[in-house]
Amino acid sequence: MHDKQQNNDLAPFGGNPGRERGPIITVRNLVKKFGSFIANDNLTFDVYKGEIFGFLGANGAGKTTAIRILCGLSAPTSGEVKIAGYDIYNETEKIKKNIGYMSQKFSLYEDLTVSENIRLYAGIYGIPLKKAKEKEAELLEKLEMSDARKKLIAGLPLGWKQKLAFSVAIFHEPKIVFLDEPTGGVDPVTRRKFWDLIYEASNNGITVFVTTHYMDEAEYCNRVSIMDAGKIEALDTPKMLKERYSAKNMDEVFLKIAR
Amino acid sequence: MKQLKSFIQKEFYHIFRDPRTIMVLFFIPIAQLLIFGTVIKNEIQDVHIAIYDQAKDETTLKITNKILSSGYFILDKNLENINDIESIFRKGKVKEVIVFESNFGDKLIKEGKANLQLIADASDPNMARLAISYTSGIINDYVKKMHPNLQMPLQIEPEIRMYFNEEMKSAYMFVPGVMALILMLISAMMTSISITREKELGTMEILLISPLRPSQIIVGKVLPYLLLSVANAFVIVLIGHFVFGVPVLGSFVLLMLETILFITMALCLGIFISTVAKSQMAAMFISMIVLMLPTILLSGFIYPIENMPKVLQVVSHIMPARYFISIVRAIMLKGTGLLFVWKETAVLIGMTLFFIALSVNKFKIRLE
Repeated sequence: MHDKQQNNDLAPFGGNPGRERGPIITVRNLVKKFGSFIANDNLTFDVYKGEIFGFLGANGAGKTTAIRILCGLSAPTSGEVKIAGYDIYNETEKIKKNIGYMSQKFSLYEDLTVSENIRLYAGIYGIPLKKAKEKEAELLEKLEMSDARKKLIAGLPLGWKQKLAFSVAIFHEPKIVFLDEPTGGVDPVTRRKFWDLIYEASNNGITVFVTTHYMDEAEYCNRVSIMDAGKIEALDTPKMLKERYSAKNMDEVFLKIAR
Repeated sequence: MKQLKSFIQKEFYHIFRDPRTIMVLFFIPIAQLLIFGTVIKNEIQDVHIAIYDQAKDETTLKITNKILSSGYFILDKNLENINDIESIFRKGKVKEVIVFESNFGDKLIKEGKANLQLIADASDPNMARLAISYTSGIINDYVKKMHPNLQMPLQIEPEIRMYFNEEMKSAYMFVPGVMALILMLISAMMTSISITREKELGTMEILLISPLRPSQIIVGKVLPYLLLSVANAFVIVLIGHFVFGVPVLGSFVLLMLETILFITMALCLGIFISTVAKSQMAAMFISMIVLMLPTILLSGFIYPIENMPKVLQVVSHIMPARYFISIVRAIMLKGTGLLFVWKETAVLIGMTLFFIALSVNKFKIRLE
């Protein structure tokens, strides 16, 4: 944990997020209603290029609804959303090419081998086979999974599946990757190893948008927004949030906001 | 195109790596073909008949009245020409034709013997057999009651001919039915299960977020099952032909085109089910209960539609298999062309379009 914190300070804009790089996600007055229930109540925020943006909130606070809208899985009731400069209403095809997504279900095909899963996503994203093969070898080398290339996903340990799912989500080198509770149900050690991958992606210039309800993970983010009952109650760096709410850690900040 | 290729390749991995899928796709069809070999039914009602009366005397009128008042038969037409018999059968509504020879009544009284011919449409063999035996029963009964005191009974000799299926093989009946059943099973159930599985595993979200278009996802899901279903239909026709001796009198090409139409309809139905069902289990139950049972019971596959209670007869009109079975029977057994099955074909096309519209609509809603 201590390690991570330091790592965080060394991250591109550890202390102060790099507004100078400009926003890659802009959200203005986003509203999503289901009947009379307001899941997202007038959300307005920016996510800057290359940062790790934490999207926090209790279950039912509206995190998943928001991330689904940003990914194009769900249409907003009203409001303006731009992803990588493209409008969410009529440029979805362009957005799709520029984003990656990983959910807590990991979303790999269990009855396909490691290699087949990678090739499948490469194919869907239109990556030429030759390039896909090179990248696949590189990736498996890095994950130390070269020997498991021909093994079915079903037989792999959870931590491996998780790392692989993340790597597949950024295989096509998207500008933004959305992670919806990517570390759900995983032990702390595996979780920390997973965050190494997130930092690496961030260092390579990929913007990371991550939802979580683990507060230790909130500390790893450049900036954090905290949602409660459909509204964004706070948005700042973990350091500033802790100062403002005079809290020792993010856990306390969260409890003070969400109660 | 390349995107679609990788997607379809993945679908085939799913199919060939799952033992249960393999069972459903390759063993159940053959098992069912053999199981449904022995199917019996034993009652008729409101069978449409035509009468070719060359005598038109008192006796033939009385016999005709007795037959029509029995409640089993409805007179569809009085024929005037021997050549009309063939054509009225081809239209498909009339199941039996009764032919009285000329001077029927005179002969019966003077010679004590007269001839009449019963011709039945045996492309539905049980129906034909039952209709014939009911008719002969009524005629014999009439003769006995007319002349109860005669020592030597008067003889009416019914000459029986079965059209389209001379040897009354029930295989002729169940092969089209099994074909409809299998195609429905593979196409609708397997597609709906395979789509709901992606929903359950969360991979559908990944696909929807990827640059794949919804239409590509649908085509990718459907195409493998379309190919396998056509292969299955082919195998069923082959087994029907070489094991059970069922002929294909009409155009084989037309038969396959109609089959592809039916499969497409079932696939669209499968997609629709998948948009309604939340889990694989739900998809399977909906397919089983909403599709399989009615297909077996209400399509005319086992029980003649004419014998059903009125309500069920009405319900049978929304059974796609009903139309497909009658198309297949017409093409395989009667050798008729599109001219005689265009109505059924039109209904199937209509149903296909309906389900396409419905599922595209639903698929979009889920996307949003």
